[in-house]
Amino acid sequence: MAGNNPNLKPMNLTLRVWRQKNNHDAGKLETYKAENISPEMSFLEMLDVVNENLAHTGVDPIAFDHDCREGICGMCSLFINGRPHGPETGTTTCQLHMRKFKDGDTITIEPWRAQPFPVHKDLSVDRSAFDRIIQAGGYVSVNTGGVPDANAIPIPKSIADKAFDAATCIACGACVAACKNASAMLFVSAKVSQLAMLPQGKVERKTRVENMLAQMDKEGFGACTNIGSCAAECPVGISLENIAMLNREFIAAKATSDNV
Amino acid sequence: MILDSKIPEGALAEKWDKHKFNVKLVNPANKRKYDVIVVGTGLAGASAAATLGELGYNVKAFCYQDSPRRAHSIAAQGGINAAKNYQNDGDSVFRLFYDTIKGGDYRAREANVYRLAQVSVDIIDQCVAQGVPFAREYGGLLANRSFGGAQVSRTFYARGQTGQQLLLGAYSALSRQIAYGKVKMYPRTEMLDLVMVDGKARGIITRNMVTGAIESHSGHAVILATGGYGNVFFLSTNAMGCNATAIWRAHKKGALFGNPCFTQIHPTCIPVSGDYQSKLTLMSESLRNDGRVWVPKTQEMAQRLRRNEITVAQIAEEDRDYFLERKYPAFGNLVPRDVASRNAKLACDEGRGVGTTGLAVYLDFADAIKRDGQDKVAAKYGNLFEMYAKITGENPYETPMRIYPAVHYTMGGLWVDYNLMTTIPGLYATGECNFSDHGANRLGASALMQGLADGYFVIPYTIGDYLAQMPANRVETSHPAFAEAERNVRDGIQQLLSINGTKTVDEYHKELGHIMWNYCGMARNAEGLTKAKGMIRELRADFWRNVKVMGVNEEFNQTLEKAGRVADFLELGELMVDDALNRNESCGGHFREEYQTPENEALRDDANYAYVAAWEYTGPNQPEKLHKEELKFENVKLTQRSYK
Repeated sequence: MAGNNPNLKPMNLTLRVWRQKNNHDAGKLETYKAENISPEMSFLEMLDVVNENLAHTGVDPIAFDHDCREGICGMCSLFINGRPHGPETGTTTCQLHMRKFKDGDTITIEPWRAQPFPVHKDLSVDRSAFDRIIQAGGYVSVNTGGVPDANAIPIPKSIADKAFDAATCIACGACVAACKNASAMLFVSAKVSQLAMLPQGKVERKTRVENMLAQMDKEGFGACTNIGSCAAECPVGISLENIAMLNREFIAAKATSDNV
Repeated sequence: MILDSKIPEGALAEKWDKHKFNVKLVNPANKRKYDVIVVGTGLAGASAAATLGELGYNVKAFCYQDSPRRAHSIAAQGGINAAKNYQNDGDSVFRLFYDTIKGGDYRAREANVYRLAQVSVDIIDQCVAQGVPFAREYGGLLANRSFGGAQVSRTFYARGQTGQQLLLGAYSALSRQIAYGKVKMYPRTEMLDLVMVDGKARGIITRNMVTGAIESHSGHAVILATGGYGNVFFLSTNAMGCNATAIWRAHKKGALFGNPCFTQIHPTCIPVSGDYQSKLTLMSESLRNDGRVWVPKTQEMAQRLRRNEITVAQIAEEDRDYFLERKYPAFGNLVPRDVASRNAKLACDEGRGVGTTGLAVYLDFADAIKRDGQDKVAAKYGNLFEMYAKITGENPYETPMRIYPAVHYTMGGLWVDYNLMTTIPGLYATGECNFSDHGANRLGASALMQGLADGYFVIPYTIGDYLAQMPANRVETSHPAFAEAERNVRDGIQQLLSINGTKTVDEYHKELGHIMWNYCGMARNAEGLTKAKGMIRELRADFWRNVKVMGVNEEFNQTLEKAGRVADFLELGELMVDDALNRNESCGGHFREEYQTPENEALRDDANYAYVAAWEYTGPNQPEKLHKEELKFENVKLTQRSYK
């Protein structure tokens, strides 16, 4: 209970924040004070407090992306002290709480750094490349209506659960930000394996993997060199196994492709 | 103005099928001549945009997020109802219809709700075909769970992330149409006005949130699928960006607003911890399947608990009051949301609340863990427990969760007829942003159902009927109506930027939220509502004198975005108060303290208030005009709702 917590003393922090007016601006780190911060605040609430203070002193508030603030929409990002979504494993920035920091800490906050994710302003980046990858094949080609009864296709629970695990990707882009090659393999593999595992997705599995990977390359994401930092930093625990599955899918598709 | 709900003639069960046969169709080769604008890409918007694209219409879809996949439908946790009766436990279309009408405290339209129950079964088929990974049993068939307000298991789910999986299904269908070129997608784009030509909705004005560009878009019809307006309260379970701007500006152009005061306060949210709080987090209602809600029996014990003189574990079983189980033995912890919320508030008002603020009750899993083991409980609710631990720093496997009600959903919204058309010809409203299916209280797992029903299975039929009866000629954006609307939008933005006052947008928003929560929240009375109206008017006047919005329009300017939304909330809030004051009865989420039974249950007044209150905008700072759509109940008997 909050009242039992001895660590409720407000903290004073120093922030080093990436400020960049727009995509053409060079950008630089600026230093701000974050004072009287409750350990019960979320990281974004801490930024809200800083922004209110900036507004009152006539400084343009720090732009950052956020929306649901419950860890599911994938809108929030932030590279905090060199780690996507900050120091707590398996957590999005919006679910990171200030109790993970200490009074007097200096916190460096940067946007995702990857060429396919150009900066809009400050900490906000353009992740529409992810949408274009899904548009290249991340779906089952069925129209509305005229589909079989939902129970007509039994799916073993173990397969359904595994497909679900892959399907929980929130497309935040932390995998790309974590990767030294700025590869999007974990993101792509999550969708490819979800659909390849399910009977509904098997019909298009070959063209899907080929088209999605082609789009990934076209967007300028790097290649995968099996470091695994993507999975280590993924806030929703998308497993590296998905990349292995994607590779198998790709090789199988290339060997027997309908496209060649 | 006479409100024509356009409910088809005939027996309840036959209305929709007959209507589908009677509507006019657009020839397949002609569909490409029609352009449809869809604003919002949550379940209702994405499903509509995708389906209309599949049918051959040219669709332009808009969302304020950086991707259509991020709409707030994604945060829905518990599940989606469908009358599949896969469990063989007595479910049927009629039972889902009946539960929904009763759950809504008899303030919804029979015909709409029956149609919703009918198409619910198609939704599940559609989502499974898209590859949505619903929970399954070991035999490979779909699993179900039960939800508040129902005595059958009809809720389909994907762990605690059902909204995410359904939205990603709709998003994938939308993405496919974007790839085909049938849908043009405009992310980070906000609708700021509706454009009318010859009395019909013919387009919208938008602002590109990256560059600030103000743009005109023309179409033959406009669908608003922009979600609810719970953020009027500042603190809610909505996403930070959720707003009423699109529907409010359409309202000001002539679309009537239905039942604005019907707000759902969800019983199981993580309590407020401080002034800095930016949003409230919901814990899925499904938790009430296994969690038991309680507070200490006495004030004195609750006080000692709040002062940390005793711990939860030291409270003996006989000193705990499982108030929902005690008062409602038939439904127990699974009473509908309004009933659960009100009882939690009552317990706290009696001084028996827990937590440092005293504004919380316990949701205890100790019995479930003892009965089923921690593994089983974790398999069902693991992600929710984790989320709770992250936010509060406490382990819910060891100490009971603390919960308190929070604003979650708005049953009110733009008034629509059976075809989901507003009072403006060619302007439709789907999903949470319309008023239609949930009456005065929405049942759990019904929001996802309604969003997808509207988008996949209703609007594709009803919009065709409208388009088939209009010529395919396009209105060019060079038409003076667009120029005028653009000018108004620019002027509004300029006004916000020029005030350069001393109070931030958030400060105004928080103040409005306090007023709404205190006087137009879980319990309302005439005196408080009258006071609130004056306070909102004063606050609004002050906003336009003293708000501080920095920067310029031609840039990525999050303060400016927020300022426009809060300006609209400041107007909508007053209408909600007016509506709450007008409705001299209690029903569902609308609880007027003057109207209650001796057992503190909501006391309806069917003789005088069995109507939809539809409000007409009459000008800035003018009182809105009330229109009534009488609700006719031919298939259910109006009774005092009882869950005892």
